[in-house]
Amino acid sequence: MKLLRCPINGLRPLQEFSYGGEVRESPDPASAADKQWAHYVFNREGEPGVKREWWYHIASGTWFIAERDNVKDIFLKTYLYGSGEQTQ
Amino acid sequence: MIRDRLPPQPREWIDRGRTIDFQFEGGSCTGFAGDCISSALWASGVRMLGRSFKYHRPRGIYSLANHDVNDVVEDGVTTNIRADVTQICSGASYQAVNTFGGLKKDSARHIEHLSRMLPVGFYYKAFHTPRKLFPYWERKMRAMAGLGAINPKLPRARTPKDYDFCDVLVVGAGPAGLSASIAAAETGASVLVVDENLHPGGTLGYQWNSDASAARRFAQLMGKISSMPNVWIRTATEAAGLYADNWVALIDSVRLTKLRAGAVIVAAGCFEQPAVFKNNDLPGVMLASAAQRLIARYAVKPFQRGIVLVANSDGYCAAQDLLRAGVQLAAIVDLRKSPESPELVQPFNAARVPIFQQHAIYQARHASGKQGIIGAVICPIDDAGKTVTERAFKLECDGIAVSVGWMPADGLINQAGGKMKYSEQLHQYLPESLPEKVFAAGRVNGVYHLEAQLADGRRAGLAAAAAVGRNNGPVPEQARHEGPSPNHPYPVFPHPKGKAFVDLDEDVQYKDIVNAVQEGFDSIELIKRYTTIGMGPSQGKLANMNGVRILAKTRHQTVTQTGTTTSRPFYHPVPFGHLAGRSFHPHRLTAMHSRHQKAGAQFMPAGAWHRPAYYPAAGQGRDDAILAEVKTVRQGVGLIDVGTLGKIEVCGPDAAEFLERLYTGRFAKMRPGTTRYLLMCDESGVVIDDGVAGRLAEDRFYVTATTTGADAVYREMQRWAIIWGSSVTLANVTGQYAAMNLAGPYSRSILANLTDIKLDQDAFPYLGIREGVVAGAPARLMRVGFVGELGYEIHVPSQFGGHVWDRIMQQGAGFGIKPFGVEAQRILRLEKGHIIIGQDTDGLSSPYEAGMDWAVKMDKPFFVGQRSLQIIQKRPLQRALVGFTLPTDYAGPIPKECHLVIRGDQITGRVTSVAFSPSLNRVLGLAYVAKDQSGLGTKFTIRVDGRKEVEAEVVKTPFYDPDSRRQSETVEKPREAAA
Repeated sequence: MKLLRCPINGLRPLQEFSYGGEVRESPDPASAADKQWAHYVFNREGEPGVKREWWYHIASGTWFIAERDNVKDIFLKTYLYGSGEQTQ
Repeated sequence: MIRDRLPPQPREWIDRGRTIDFQFEGGSCTGFAGDCISSALWASGVRMLGRSFKYHRPRGIYSLANHDVNDVVEDGVTTNIRADVTQICSGASYQAVNTFGGLKKDSARHIEHLSRMLPVGFYYKAFHTPRKLFPYWERKMRAMAGLGAINPKLPRARTPKDYDFCDVLVVGAGPAGLSASIAAAETGASVLVVDENLHPGGTLGYQWNSDASAARRFAQLMGKISSMPNVWIRTATEAAGLYADNWVALIDSVRLTKLRAGAVIVAAGCFEQPAVFKNNDLPGVMLASAAQRLIARYAVKPFQRGIVLVANSDGYCAAQDLLRAGVQLAAIVDLRKSPESPELVQPFNAARVPIFQQHAIYQARHASGKQGIIGAVICPIDDAGKTVTERAFKLECDGIAVSVGWMPADGLINQAGGKMKYSEQLHQYLPESLPEKVFAAGRVNGVYHLEAQLADGRRAGLAAAAAVGRNNGPVPEQARHEGPSPNHPYPVFPHPKGKAFVDLDEDVQYKDIVNAVQEGFDSIELIKRYTTIGMGPSQGKLANMNGVRILAKTRHQTVTQTGTTTSRPFYHPVPFGHLAGRSFHPHRLTAMHSRHQKAGAQFMPAGAWHRPAYYPAAGQGRDDAILAEVKTVRQGVGLIDVGTLGKIEVCGPDAAEFLERLYTGRFAKMRPGTTRYLLMCDESGVVIDDGVAGRLAEDRFYVTATTTGADAVYREMQRWAIIWGSSVTLANVTGQYAAMNLAGPYSRSILANLTDIKLDQDAFPYLGIREGVVAGAPARLMRVGFVGELGYEIHVPSQFGGHVWDRIMQQGAGFGIKPFGVEAQRILRLEKGHIIIGQDTDGLSSPYEAGMDWAVKMDKPFFVGQRSLQIIQKRPLQRALVGFTLPTDYAGPIPKECHLVIRGDQITGRVTSVAFSPSLNRVLGLAYVAKDQSGLGTKFTIRVDGRKEVEAEVVKTPFYDPDSRRQSETVEKPREAAA
């Protein structure tokens, strides 16, 4: 089982976390065309590489962002949303 | 009659003071305590210990190290016991597996004479037509081939799991592993050493048996380790799997240990590799290391007169051990032109043992019944490694020891994502890249000399300690093997007739691989699957290397070009019991659970919760109990535990704005003291949850969510609050509050005696929320529709839940109050046409399809799902959720959930909820139908069980009390009516 560093609680086994999908910026719903909006809602990036992902530490209820290389299967860094600070 | 027992050996594992009697194949045997089953039998002169997988050929000791499955027995309880590594047990009765009528008389023993008709893949070729008969042949073949039979009467046993951790895990307690553990421990790291053998030492325990300096080395290492408090050794323990971030599965006879190691050192050594020649599988042919294990560990003479086939100095050492054990050596057959040093040859010249350089064994000659060997055919080989059969000659012997090369035990490295590369100099795989915090030491690195192994272990120990932050000092460079390679590049000597085995587990012969290549299976992964080489229980430990070499040679490739197969956990087969273990189902109980138990509730799961489904009276059936509960609520009063509802507090200056963005409705202008229905969509506009929001203050909402949706809703709330930067505080108080719904015409009369909250219609109207005290407990009361009667949802801190429940039941006794369960609640709510999210909606349901338009305020600036709903709104509806009834006099089979709505030959929808309504005395339900079938009064057809069709009619919902007067106005029975 992998280990993941929660920015608040430190290094914990992956079992304590839940994956929350890729971080995706929503287009402005007021100005986005239908197609653009549908792309945002339904399409996901399948290309392997470094992903920015939402992860949730279940025990403490902490959402954070993890950058993960899914080719090498390693977490590169984790930080709270908006902080952009490197904690790992 | 311990025929072949030797005098005491310096590091033997047996206890000569204790003899142990056991049975094998019906005969009595005796061994010493500490003997494995195979060694005790071999000492008694038993040579045939098992039958092979496919051809049922006699087999004996081959590796004596769990690297092959020649010797597998069952004891009447457990099957597939590895006789090579399992100690004998007093009074046990062992049988070989995979025989028909015993080992000697195995009625399948003649099957190998049919082998010309049973080539690789014969079953694919022979039995594909007629297809109908394939299952018959499959059963036949499964019965013929295989290992032990599963014993379905095996007593249930609990296999414990435990968890452990250490700074450095060392796999293998041989010279490199022991040296590594000392070096790591000296830096202060906590070190665990595991070894699959019963005793530590590895090759120090058997391969250097006659070398006194090795014995001293071993004693030094063990002495040092026993003085270090931070090193632990676990023997008879396999590191079976190495997973991400050094999460390791350790298996011993009783438990699975899940270990988290900071760093892992793989010092697992090597598997000695077989040579391929005719009859290389029969009892008496064994690896030289197996002969050494027999001598050093168990003091058993491997054979009387033997031949040693060598391609390295290890073979000469083994030959010396055999000489010392009193074995007469008929010859040493060396595949090479000359040994690396003349000193190696000296002792044999003195003992007059002939040495044949650049010769090979071409064939082992078998005794009658193939139950042993009586000699060997030896012939010279040319410079290309081909046998020169014209100059073949015979020698008599009853045993052949083979020492032609080694393969690293690199399973864990491969599992962890390390890369091994074939070295054309050393003729073995060596680590090319290792995963982070995984290290290799000793022979896995191709380091064969004892002192070099110790140095390499020390290096790995220091490197591992550095990786876990324990060592800031220098880490020496890795040692390399010096001198000639101990591995022969191609120890394969095919014979035009007879069987030369590459994989002993699966009975895969040299010619099977060659034939498979000719049939077009030209990659190693295809060869593996077609011939099943390496797919037996030993997973190719002794077979893969030669298989790859044969494929490479046949295809005129190098070994590197040929590649190798993927190695996956587990390293050794792991009994299912270790993996299955006990199942734990975490579940939640409400604050009133004990009350429900006392009231005789039948429970049902609801998400993680246990909820009362109904409360049958003595002798009452399920349906009667549910109908009675429905009637009680409609006509009197009932109490239901709704504590499983999600309860979330949303506080802060942005609370109302936050709910407006999250849910489809409007909340900004709600007055404190009121509640409102909530509907939540996801970003694609699909309905995902519903509930009620009660506004306690301008900046404070109390929000409920569905039982199963509560955690996900809370989680998404948290995430949106972060993304939107909302100034809100969220608290999931689901477990903190007990909740119950008191419903029915008498509810107000009962509650009035228990609370200071004013309950009359003006003071506490429909959809109000109030805070106050109920039965002495601080409470939140919501007057919501719920089941369509006058009713109050009462939330109190969990610790008061039982007390308040009791007080209401006491107070209600005079009104005939009864608890009701989820089943009655569903009927009551269905009568009101309330949908259940997840039952009446699915992963595609928009609010428009579900008839929830009224709850969606599209003119708000934003809510989750709004933009998608704008798109959906523009399109014609494909389907609609409607209420339906069956005629009152309908007596046929009642539709069930998921029964289909059929029009002509089309499926236009399905039933989502259906029940007999006691209040309306007819069957009613909800169903998806085509949009053009959704008009009131439309008739549509439901196909029920038995392909019968039932006509249903679309009706308006709510079915019961269509204007909802009973819940919103004062449809209340005066107290007197109850008396």
